[in-house]
Amino acid sequence: MKPHTLSVLVENRAGVLSRVAGMFSRRGFNIESLAVGTCEEPNMSRITIVVNGDDGVVEQVMKQTNKLIDVIKVSDLTKRESVERELALIKVAAETGPSRAEILQIADIFRAQVVDVGSKTLVLQVTGDAEKIDALEKLLRQYGIKELVRTGKIALLRGAKTVKSSK
Amino acid sequence: MKTGARTLIEALQREGVDTIFGYPGGVVLPIYDELYDSSIRHILVRHEQAAAHAADGYARASGRVGVCLATSGPGACNLVTGIATAYMDSIPIVALTGQVPTALLGNDAFQESDITGITMPVTKHNYLVKDAGDLDRVVQEAFYVARTGRPGPVLVDIPKDVSTGQVLEGKPVPETVSLRGYQPTYQGHVRQIEKALDLIATAERPLVYAGGGVVLSGASAELLEFVEAAAIPVTTTLMGLGAVPGDHPLCLGMLGMHGTQSANYAVTECDLLVAVGVRFDDRVTGKIETFAPNATVIHIDIDPAEIGKNKKVDVPIVGDVKAVLQAFLSRMQKRGDTANWVSRIGTWKAQYPLGYRDDDHLRPQYVVEQLSDILKGEGVVVSEVGQNQMWTALYYCFKKPRTWITSGGLGTMGYGFPAAIGAHYARPDLPVVDIAGDGSFQMNIQELGTVAQYNIPVKVVILNNMYLGMVRQWQELFYDRRYSYTELPPVDFVKIANAYGVEGLMVDEKAGVREALETALATDGPFVLDFRVEREENVFPMVPAGAAINEMIGVRQQ
Repeated sequence: MKPHTLSVLVENRAGVLSRVAGMFSRRGFNIESLAVGTCEEPNMSRITIVVNGDDGVVEQVMKQTNKLIDVIKVSDLTKRESVERELALIKVAAETGPSRAEILQIADIFRAQVVDVGSKTLVLQVTGDAEKIDALEKLLRQYGIKELVRTGKIALLRGAKTVKSSK
Repeated sequence: MKTGARTLIEALQREGVDTIFGYPGGVVLPIYDELYDSSIRHILVRHEQAAAHAADGYARASGRVGVCLATSGPGACNLVTGIATAYMDSIPIVALTGQVPTALLGNDAFQESDITGITMPVTKHNYLVKDAGDLDRVVQEAFYVARTGRPGPVLVDIPKDVSTGQVLEGKPVPETVSLRGYQPTYQGHVRQIEKALDLIATAERPLVYAGGGVVLSGASAELLEFVEAAAIPVTTTLMGLGAVPGDHPLCLGMLGMHGTQSANYAVTECDLLVAVGVRFDDRVTGKIETFAPNATVIHIDIDPAEIGKNKKVDVPIVGDVKAVLQAFLSRMQKRGDTANWVSRIGTWKAQYPLGYRDDDHLRPQYVVEQLSDILKGEGVVVSEVGQNQMWTALYYCFKKPRTWITSGGLGTMGYGFPAAIGAHYARPDLPVVDIAGDGSFQMNIQELGTVAQYNIPVKVVILNNMYLGMVRQWQELFYDRRYSYTELPPVDFVKIANAYGVEGLMVDEKAGVREALETALATDGPFVLDFRVEREENVFPMVPAGAAINEMIGVRQQ
């Protein structure tokens, strides 16, 4: 059992996400994270899904996903060189005083950006892999995290290779 | 300009639709108005579920796409069991549903239901048409998706304002459909085919395990030629009955939970299993770890997701069964020496024949045997689900594909009678018989109204044991004979049939069986035969749930 990152190219149509997500849930596949948005091709979207399972399960996931008429291409990026990123917004309690300065220092180390400054809170934006965001969250917890939101993972193959429609 | 409803009917005609099974309602009024003087025949059923099953029976008997039509909300929801039945058995149907006007979608309007959402898990694909201008394309795509690749049901949901909307006349319709997300593989990979043929040439105990995919692909002739050329015995699944003639010397009959002993022993002993258009269903394999434990497995299927899903496969071949078998035949140079194996199987067949107690009691197996003897494979036999289905599978000798129609995957009680109606419209040249239980028949008994109205010559053979027999059998064997809610009070089916204007006959003696069947078959219109059979007869042999398929109970030895 290890997480696999799947890149799924789909028709940009109403109901496509629900077809993909519904198929996962009814076949008992667990989605760790999911991110969807438009892509370089007009009328297509790219969904990045992180799914947990052994190789047999992931093979079934890919085959069943591929069977959906609106799915154009499915690739497992785990077995190939790829860049993977998540983004998080973290609203952390930051009264004026030493803690505010410490938070800013931590943000700097993590290359997080301050995207909102309030009298009692700061909102940090951080990108990176899941471990980096986990680490930042852990460090900020002592100051009091008021709210936190994370995108699902998005990923692309390294180099000139692409995940294109060839199905 | 023309209306969406007219556009729909013309699109259906372009697809060659001659019959629709349906039930009218509010939002499909514009479509029904177009049907009123159209060349397409519409059969009014008594419940929408029957419309879906009839479309399915039509598809199975003809090999063409079946079509059903229902209104929004309850009408559409009533189709769902029929659509799910077709989905599990890969049957091409197009279900048309009305929908509330687009402006009211999502508003909980009267008779609104999200039928595309509801049917997403049980359709191959579905469409909600929001613009009348899309109707031509959507209908064309729907039929294409339904019948190509691994076939399956497709639903098209049409809001009322789309039916009444205006469409430009004379817009050309593309000759072919091309969907970038849907490109089925038809030709098997040559290297895999060569690898399979090498295994076939050296196997000592090969066995073909053939299923519904052979029937769907129209590959019966190729399969027969292949097993004869390679001298390989063949067992079929419930869905594959008729793919090879049941009385062929190489045919072992059905395998699985209620398979023949020779078939189940052959699977357990074989050293090469050639799986053709099958999906290693749990009712076939029993305990999967002990299914074909000594065999190298070749699996041919058009759906790559079926390969390796339940059983590890050594040589996967993705492709259309017919095309792959043709490649086998044209490339096969050498066959293995299977003489010993074939003779061993012959010994099993002689040693372990099917059988039941041959006394003067009216036993259900006898009724099926008599029907088999009368029809000689020249008819369409439909079943309900349960004991009636298994007795028919075991005791009727199917000789041709598409002459056996049953709900295999979903196991839908109430399927048979409406499916038989559909089968009649597909094959009006053949007698159509529904073998039923008293439980199943009562699930769609209202269709007596339909067969009476159109004088549809479907014969219903009820194996009436006043029980939900298969469940009772399990209660007898595994629940200490505690018959919890499986006894049904006697019903006078002849009187019910008569009330609808359908002829009927009750038979409670073995001596009357043959004559009653002949009378029903000689009658022009529909006929109901109520056979009061031995109440606690069981379907044997049987593999208990979770056991290996060679661990059968209720076996006989000659």
